[in-house]
Amino acid sequence: MDKKLYSVAATFGNADDIILATGKIASAGYTNYDVNTPYPIHGMDDAMRLKPSKIGYFTITFGLTGTALILWLMYWVTTTDYPQVIGGKPFFALPAFIPITFEATVLLAAVGSALSLFIYFFKFPNNSHPLHDTEYMKSCSSDKYGIYVEAKDPLFDEVRIKALMHECGAENVYDVNYEEDFLTAKFEIFDKKFIGALIVLAIIVSASTYLHLNKLLYMTPFNWMMDQPKVSAQQKSTFFADGFGMRTPVEGTVARGNMPYAYKGQPDEAGKYLTNPLQNNDKNLALGKAKFLTFCSPCHGNTGMGDSRLNGQFPNGPTLHSDKVTNWPDGNLYHVITEGQNVMPGYFRQVTKDERWAIVLYLRTLQRALNAKEGDLK
Amino acid sequence: MSSKMNNYVRKNLPAGLSKWGFILLGVGLVMAVIAYNNNPLRASFASLIGFMFLLSIGLGSLFLVALEYLAGATWSVPFIRIAEILSTLVIIAPILAIPVLLNMHDMYEWTNKAVVDASHALTQKKAYLDINFFYIRFVSIISLLGLFYYIFTKNSLKQDITGDQKLTTFNVKLSALFMPVFAIGLSLLAIDFMMSLEPKWFSTIYGVYYFAGSFWVAIALITLFAVNFNEKGLLGTGINKDHYYSLGALMFAFTAFWTYIAFSQFMLIWYANLPEETFWFIPRMTGGWGVISIGLIVTHFVVPFFMLIQRPSKTNPSRLKLVATMVLAFHIYDLYWLIYPTYSRIQSVKQNDASLISSPFFGWIEISYIILALGILLTVFSFVGKGKNLIPIGDPKLKRAMDFHL
Repeated sequence: MDKKLYSVAATFGNADDIILATGKIASAGYTNYDVNTPYPIHGMDDAMRLKPSKIGYFTITFGLTGTALILWLMYWVTTTDYPQVIGGKPFFALPAFIPITFEATVLLAAVGSALSLFIYFFKFPNNSHPLHDTEYMKSCSSDKYGIYVEAKDPLFDEVRIKALMHECGAENVYDVNYEEDFLTAKFEIFDKKFIGALIVLAIIVSASTYLHLNKLLYMTPFNWMMDQPKVSAQQKSTFFADGFGMRTPVEGTVARGNMPYAYKGQPDEAGKYLTNPLQNNDKNLALGKAKFLTFCSPCHGNTGMGDSRLNGQFPNGPTLHSDKVTNWPDGNLYHVITEGQNVMPGYFRQVTKDERWAIVLYLRTLQRALNAKEGDLK
Repeated sequence: MSSKMNNYVRKNLPAGLSKWGFILLGVGLVMAVIAYNNNPLRASFASLIGFMFLLSIGLGSLFLVALEYLAGATWSVPFIRIAEILSTLVIIAPILAIPVLLNMHDMYEWTNKAVVDASHALTQKKAYLDINFFYIRFVSIISLLGLFYYIFTKNSLKQDITGDQKLTTFNVKLSALFMPVFAIGLSLLAIDFMMSLEPKWFSTIYGVYYFAGSFWVAIALITLFAVNFNEKGLLGTGINKDHYYSLGALMFAFTAFWTYIAFSQFMLIWYANLPEETFWFIPRMTGGWGVISIGLIVTHFVVPFFMLIQRPSKTNPSRLKLVATMVLAFHIYDLYWLIYPTYSRIQSVKQNDASLISSPFFGWIEISYIILALGILLTVFSFVGKGKNLIPIGDPKLKRAMDFHL
């Protein structure tokens, strides 16, 4: 196979010489050259007349992308997908999201920089270079400072460059050659050995992790939700002297929102003295409708005709449009919803006071709909 | 053993420095006196801004001096003399505290016995928020820090002549002693003069907040002087790009540090949402003060952060000078934001108008005290710096420092 000249390379014994040589190469106008040293050398950027690296642009682009993405994600989750009130804050509570935004910015900036370094600057997956496996590179990776000028440089002149290198005190000067088909050769990233090694590694890691966590170091499952330090139902309390976990209210007090019903077992009195405290407006009617459909309609039917889908399976709920019910005062209806009647149970546990009155309002509207008057059309 | 640098030629400070110093001082003094006669309370608040501004420059510079000794840093040696000169402000700044001390009764409600007795919270703080104890703290902290300043600079100046390395060794030991005094002293000064304007409010990070701003502005001012002097050839053989880069990087770092501290303070209070803490932020987040607060984020963080983030901008002298000048203004802005809402509150109580609590006051009275503070700054610098070597020629680290490379 034919060998072609890739570059002329030279190694130097100390850092001062390489800076001198680099300065001369740069001032001679060569552009396709590079320096290989075992560690970063101060002043090399200036000697090579390097422009500031472009990596910063990648970093800021990825960083700002991270900022935008995470803000959008948090905005979408907290306002659209799963809005939840947390600590009385607005759904999109920006101050709480700043630390996360910061983290995401830094994460994407760092990972993006590293990836762009590999992909854009190092031309990954291309992992081959004519300098690999040369004597020159071996000495540069141990204790020598190397410089090489590529043959494709427009000013390339082998004799002149070699003279220049020697003049600067080069210890060794090499010709670096490469094979003709080197440039056209394909380098497989999915090499069989490489993929095989990855698979073997994955198996070893999973197996050893499994063994370690499950056989060597058996850990009890996370069950703190189950073992809570509280009194469950039917459990004896160790805190109260009488052993009861549930307490009765302090004598002479009423729990908030649990005003006792004044007309227990007195439907007529309720009808006489109670009036609906709610206004007949859209909001209350909507509430009444929702509660009626939830709690009343299973027996009385969606419109209160006593025609529910459960007819025949349970004692049939009567129609609510009978003369008796229509002529009842509001208080009487409220009483029945609260205490129940015949087989109907009381609903004061499930339905709050205001909701019960709202149901009464809605029921009146249903009744009126069947006996509409001329004026209602207006 | 002497390691004196013999090729340093002392040059005079630029003439413009003392000229502008005197002009600003004169104009500021006249305006300040008129302002004080016009509205003593408001002038005292303005004077408090000037006082805290000069004090923060002095404290930040003194901290840099001590930090250099303690850390054995070399990069900052060429302009440490600038920091030493600026740290004179620690003992000069209290001049501007005089109007504050004269009007304490109107500015600080904890001095009012009736107010204290009416509030359980203030009664509990009585032992600390006490006029006599306040004076004791103020005088002892300023004199202690002044003593450190005196010894540091005296040894440094002596070293210029003798080149005695033992003086550096002594200052290193002294700086270790200085640090706790500085940390406690700075926190107490910030708490006494600014946080106690709202005596019912408390923030445990307040001292750090003031420190972050102080070191930021001190570094900015040192950068401003160092870059200017270097361009005029006053710093011996001159400082290089890596010095510029380090100054810029430190300024950049403290931009981020201040933001971190300020945000930490805000977020914890916002999250916990306790009425005894949030009442400090609520007026600052509504009305005119709300706009000022947004402006604080923009000026104190966004602008300097993005102006310094690129690597070349940290070595670009004109960019550094621009940012450093802006930092001075933004630090005054920050102090205004810390101090003036209390003046708005006092006005809203006085004029019985609740809307005033969220409306900022800014006018010629404030400007006159800022001019006065800048005048004091420049005059003190030209006066103290006169006839001194602008680089510590006797410092054993100087040669390494001039050749400093990152």
